[in-house]
Formats: sequence, structure tokens, C-alpha cells
Amino acid sequence: MATAKHGPVRVHDHHGHDAHHDHKPGFVARWLFSTNHKDIGTLYLLFAGFASVIGVALSVLMRMELQQPGLQFFSDGQMWNAYVSAHGLIMVFFVVMPALIGGFGNWFVPIMIGAPDMAFPRMNNISFWLLVPAFLLLGGSLFVGQGAGAGWTIYTPLSDGQYQPGPAMDMALFALHLAGASSILGAANFITTIFNMRAPGMTLHKMPLFVWSMLVTAFLLLLAVPVLAGAITMLITDRNFGTAFFRPEGGGDPVLFQHLFWFFGHPEVYIMILPGFGIISHVVSTFSRKPVFGYLGMAYAMVAIGVVGFVVWAHHMFTSGIDVDTRAYFMAATMVIAVPTGIKIFSWIATMWGGSISLKTPMLFAIGFIFLFTLGGVTGVKLANAGVTQILHNTYYVVAHFHYVLSLGAVFSIFAGIYYWIGKMTGRQYPEFWGQVHFWMLFVGANIIFFPQHFLGAQGMPRRYPDYPDAFWGWNLISSLGSYLAAASMLVFFYVIWRTFAAGEKVAENYWGEGATTLEWQVSSPPPFHTFDELPRVR
Amino acid sequence: MQGVIERWFGKASGLAAAALLVLACVFSEPALAQTAQSGAVGAPTPWGVDLQPAAGPVKEAIHDFNTLVLWIIAIITLFVLVLLAYVVWRFRETANPTPSRTSHNTTLEIAWTVVPVLILLIIAIPSFRLIYYQDAPREADMTISVQGRQWYWNYTYPDHGGFQFDSRPIPDDELQPGQMRNLAVDEPLVVPVGSNVRVLTTGQDVIHSFFVPALGVQKYTIPGRTLETWFRVDREGTFYGQCNQICGTNHWFMPIAVKAVAEAEFRSWVEEAKQKYAQADDGAAARQVQVAGAAAR
Repeated sequence: MATAKHGPVRVHDHHGHDAHHDHKPGFVARWLFSTNHKDIGTLYLLFAGFASVIGVALSVLMRMELQQPGLQFFSDGQMWNAYVSAHGLIMVFFVVMPALIGGFGNWFVPIMIGAPDMAFPRMNNISFWLLVPAFLLLGGSLFVGQGAGAGWTIYTPLSDGQYQPGPAMDMALFALHLAGASSILGAANFITTIFNMRAPGMTLHKMPLFVWSMLVTAFLLLLAVPVLAGAITMLITDRNFGTAFFRPEGGGDPVLFQHLFWFFGHPEVYIMILPGFGIISHVVSTFSRKPVFGYLGMAYAMVAIGVVGFVVWAHHMFTSGIDVDTRAYFMAATMVIAVPTGIKIFSWIATMWGGSISLKTPMLFAIGFIFLFTLGGVTGVKLANAGVTQILHNTYYVVAHFHYVLSLGAVFSIFAGIYYWIGKMTGRQYPEFWGQVHFWMLFVGANIIFFPQHFLGAQGMPRRYPDYPDAFWGWNLISSLGSYLAAASMLVFFYVIWRTFAAGEKVAENYWGEGATTLEWQVSSPPPFHTFDELPRVR
Repeated sequence: MQGVIERWFGKASGLAAAALLVLACVFSEPALAQTAQSGAVGAPTPWGVDLQPAAGPVKEAIHDFNTLVLWIIAIITLFVLVLLAYVVWRFRETANPTPSRTSHNTTLEIAWTVVPVLILLIIAIPSFRLIYYQDAPREADMTISVQGRQWYWNYTYPDHGGFQFDSRPIPDDELQPGQMRNLAVDEPLVVPVGSNVRVLTTGQDVIHSFFVPALGVQKYTIPGRTLETWFRVDREGTFYGQCNQICGTNHWFMPIAVKAVAEAEFRSWVEEAKQKYAQADDGAAARQVQVAGAAAR
């Protein structure tokens, strides 16, 4: 990466010092009161892994229900709606974000910029621990009353007290508040760390792309999440204290809620994918044994995606009655995002061009990511057009689109990151064969789930349906079968993790060889409890 | 020119469809569309992969645009796939043990910025034309008012005396032969063939979405707002849709049926309907007062 062309990085030699520098606190102090960025990163990754089991279990239940027409496993539509909503919120707030931002961000941003830790270690700890009660509240809402069944978009009036009575919806909203506070604190921490704690010589334009991606993500979080917090605060007071921010009979406006939600919600989708972009750049460069092609273009493409991502929100509202000129603007602005995204796709391929490519598991996930993200991206270009979205809005076409960029995009980048760095994080290498088995099972399974959903959407199947007209049966059956394969791949993944810990081969500093050039590859695996005794100098 | 392009698109998509048709024949029963009803049926088909056939000009315009975009995005995706496959094969470790150090190529970088912009322009121009065409009819022949309610539809004909009626789904155990599960309704929305129908959508409880794929029409029904859209049906038949915005426990069970009939038949239906729904109106009015009372609570 950038550091490579500016000569080698000098890091203080740790060998021989580890013994007296690496004394760790006791279990409680280390894991409950943790202020170490690597330990907090590990906590985030474990948390995301646990939440993903629940998120995936919910989705398998949903696919089981949809495998046949009629209602089999769900008692009624409200229960279904509650599960659908929980699946979405868990995957967004408790799987993808904690894994990419809290997990890999905490682990590798400080190391990559040569900082001893995050800027605010105690705030880092509270960021993590806020997520735990948030997750308990959201999970608990499934078992309270009728559940919170208004979709992850929680549009009013459906999310209002008259239509979702009882504490379940309030629990879900409070869960969002806590998760949002966690994200805002984390974002402030990352911005401060990246701006103030870079090692001497580590200028912004030498920063690894993963750090760039986290910087842009942190700014998106800092600007977008407070808007969600405002919207759900107003929703909570509408529900509980008689206000009428979103109630037409009191002078309020349900469409205002949609604007507020998507002003957060659209940047949120880039929050979920940008860190993945960063990881993919590192993996592609490492396994092609070539520096990233067009480093500056890659960095500023992410900045551009972040900026434009804030001015396209109403493309989620093309059928909400926004007027035609407004639709025209949001359409044009949305399509513009395809340009920086295209720059990234082509730059990754150009990075591979002329390289010496080895197809280890992280690279498989990265190549899978590039292709499937392209597929999800181009259906996004189609959906950007309000004219055709008039009949695709809210159908399975949209479901297929956002699962291609998230379930096959963001999740693939998480797995790429895990396989890439697990040796660094644990000191032990994963079993290559089982890693590749995992990749192929997930790749095939996820495509069987989501590709037919394009057909269902084109035919007009609406989302959030537990039962459907019989004509939709065929592709739903295929899709459900795919989900079992993808779920089985998760078992393989857990086997890989177990094997890594139990019998993984011990690895040295830079087990990927000359292609891996960023600072984390110059410290031991795992890095010492305090990574740097002395600030590294980047020349 | 357009004709030529369409023919080519048609041929290629025909090939793709044929391949899928083989698959479909293996698995599926005879097509659902053969029902007792007269005229065309706008509904999903088993193993269908494409948009439902167009039954009016709005949907036809969507089809033309959809075909254009689908080809562009399919070609882009295949291009990326071929590039990736070539790169992985050509520059594999064993074939290319010494990597190059190239990390810049200004011409290339400008090209992959400018070319996508041009492609987007090709998409954007017909796209703008389409949304302005869809927005509202220049000359509406009649207006209907659609209100989504938990969990049925209410239709009003303000140009024909303002009669209104509810359209409810038919439960599974009451289905007549030929009626489609989760799509059939007791009272379809009846419109004359060939008329530009202005649709005004209003909401009463939560947000619903009036969505009929074959007619290319979709609009939310939002409490406190009136939204406008339009459609025209060019052939007789029944065209089905479903509520398309999560609206509570029976979201999945509030289908829409639009029945298009000849002008004369429509006129006689209107006369009948005026009689039929006149006495029902009192009940409906009373119910509305109740609901308004509940909402004001």
C-alpha cells in the first residue's frame, strides 16, 4: 500500500521485551473494563459472531416459512413482521457494524497508523458495552406482547402507539438509541485517533486505505446517526407523551419521518459497505503482490461516495408522493454514485492486473465480493430510476438488490477480513482447505437464495409477506433451499474457527509475504498487549 | 432504429427465456393464467422471470426503459465477470511469478470515470422522459379515489356520483374455481378500457401502497395526504396487485383487482353500482365517523 512505495517502516523490535511489556490484567479487568483497542476489537467480533447466529437463525426461519405457500411456522402476520424487523435491525446494527467498525476498526486502525491505542480508550469501552443492553432490548422485544412489527424502517403511523401497542416497539426504539449512542461515541473516537495519533511520517496520503475507509465511515456515522436519534425520539414522544410530530390529525406528517429516517438510512448503507471496501483493497493488493492501483483515486472515491451518499436519501421514497422534479433530482444524484463505485471496482481489477495472484481464502472472498458487489450495484443503478422503481419499489427485486450488496457484499468483506487477519489476531493460521469449503458453500448458497429473488420482484412479489400467491412458489422454494446451504456454511465457518484455535499453525509477523505491507505485518502475531513501545516512523 | 434494437433485444431475451422455459416446464403445472375469467389476466406466472406483461401505456413505457437498462447492466456485469476471470487465470501465481509494480495509468483512470458517466447519460435521458410521463395524465377521462385501510381497499368514483365500496380479499375456504388464492377479491375496481384514469390515493389508518404491476402503477396511501398517479388499460381483463407497504398483521392479505371492461359495459356497471352501494353508504358513513372519532382520540 502507500507505505510500501515510501520505503520500509521501522518498528521497535519487540523480541525479548515481550516478557515484561506484555503482562496483561486479570480476566475481569481485561475483558469487562477493557481499555485496550485489540481486546475491545475482539469483544466486538465475538459479539457480532453471536448476534449473527441469531440473525441468521431468524432468516432461516423466514425462508422455511416461505418455502411453501400458506402459513406454516408463523402464527400470524404480526409475528412475521416482528421477525422480519428483528432480522434487519440485528444484521445492520449488531452484526455488520460491530464486526467491521468495532471489530476490525478497533483492531487495526491504531496499528496501521502506528498509534499506541485509540484516542479515548475508556470511551471505547463504553461504546462496546452500550451495544449489549441494546441487543438484549431488541431481542427481548420479540417476546414482549406482539413484538415490534413495523419493518426495520419503522415507518409511522404503523410504528405509532395505536398500531404497535405495548412496550415491544419502545424497547426496539430504545435499543436503536443505545446502539446509535454507541456508534456516535465510536465515530468520535476514530476521527480523533486518525487525525491526531498518526505516527510521524504517516501523512493522510500515506494512510492505508482501510484507515481511509474508517475515517469516511466515522464521519458518516457522526452526521447521520444523530438524525435517526432525533426521529426516534419524536416517535417515542408521539407514542408515549401525546405529541403529534408524525400524526396528521395533530398537524404532523408521516412523510417527515420517512425523510428523517432515510437521511440517516441511506448513509447507513455506505457505513456498512465502506469499511468492507477498505478491507478488500488490502486483500487484493496482498494476494496480487502488487501495490493498490490508483491509491489516491481509491481514497477520494470513498470520500465522494460518502459525500454524495448524504444527498440521495429520497430515492427510497419514490412512491411516497414527493413531486416529480424532486424525483428527477434524487434520481440523477443517485446515479452519480455509480461513478466512484465504478472507479473502485476497476481499480481493484487493475490492482490484480499484472500481479502474481494466489487464491487463498481471503482472496476468494475478495474476488467474490468484487463480482457480487458489481451485480448488486448495477441493480442499484436500475432502481435509481424512479420510472422503473414505480413497479419494483418494495418488491423482492429490492430485497435481492440490497442483499447482494450487504449479505454478499459487506458479509463477504467481513469474511475476507477474518481470514486475512485471523493469524494476526490469534497467532494461529486457519485451515486453508476448510476456509475454501466455507467460501464455496456460502458463495453458491447465497446466490441461490438471492438471484431468484430478482425474478420474484420483477413478477411483483411484495416484500414482508409470510404468504404469497401460488405463482410465486417455484422461485421461493429454490431460494429457501439456498438458505439451508448458506446456513450450513456457517457451521463450517465455526469449525474453521475452532480448528484455528485448537490446532492452527503458529505464524510469524508477516505470514502473507511481500504483498502485505501495512504496519500490522511488522509486529508479532498476535501483537503484544501494548503494540508499540516506541512510535514507529514512516518514511 | 428503435424497432431494430427492440427486435434484437427480443431475440436475445427470447433465447434466455427459452432456456428458463425448459426449467419451468420440468417443474411447473400448466400456466395459472388459464382461468374462467374472460379477457387478459394480469398476474404473476409460475417460474416467471420477467416483468408481468404490460396492459397499458404506462407499463409499456416502463418495459421499454427496463429492457434498455437490463441490457446495459447485464453487459456491464458480464464485462466485469470476464475481466475477473481473465485476470485470475492470466496472472495466477504459477503463470506470472514476478508481479509488476504498476500503480498508475492516467488514461485508464480517466476512461473508467468518463465512460460510466456516458453510460449513465444514456440511461438518464429516457429515464427523465419516463418519470414525467408517469407523473400525471395530461387529459384524465375519469378519476377514482383509492383508500388503503387495514386490511382492505376502499374505492370511490367521484365523477360518477361519488358512490364508494370496499374491496376485500376472499379467504381460502371461500375461493371459487378459477379464483387465485391471495389475489382474488370480492369487488374489483372496475374501469373502462382505453380511458385515462386519474388515481387519487388517500390514507386512513397506516400507510399502504396501491400496486398493480401489469398496469405499471404504484402509489402509497398516506394518512393526511392525497397523492396522484394514473393508468390506462388497453385491453379487457382483470389485473391483480397487492398491498406493497408493510401495514400490520394482514399486510400479505389485501390484494387488488382491477377489472377493465368495454365502455358500454362500464356504464351499465356504474348504474348498477349506484343502486347497489347507495344503501351501503349509510353504513360506511357511520363507520367513518367512528374511525374519525378513534383517530381524534
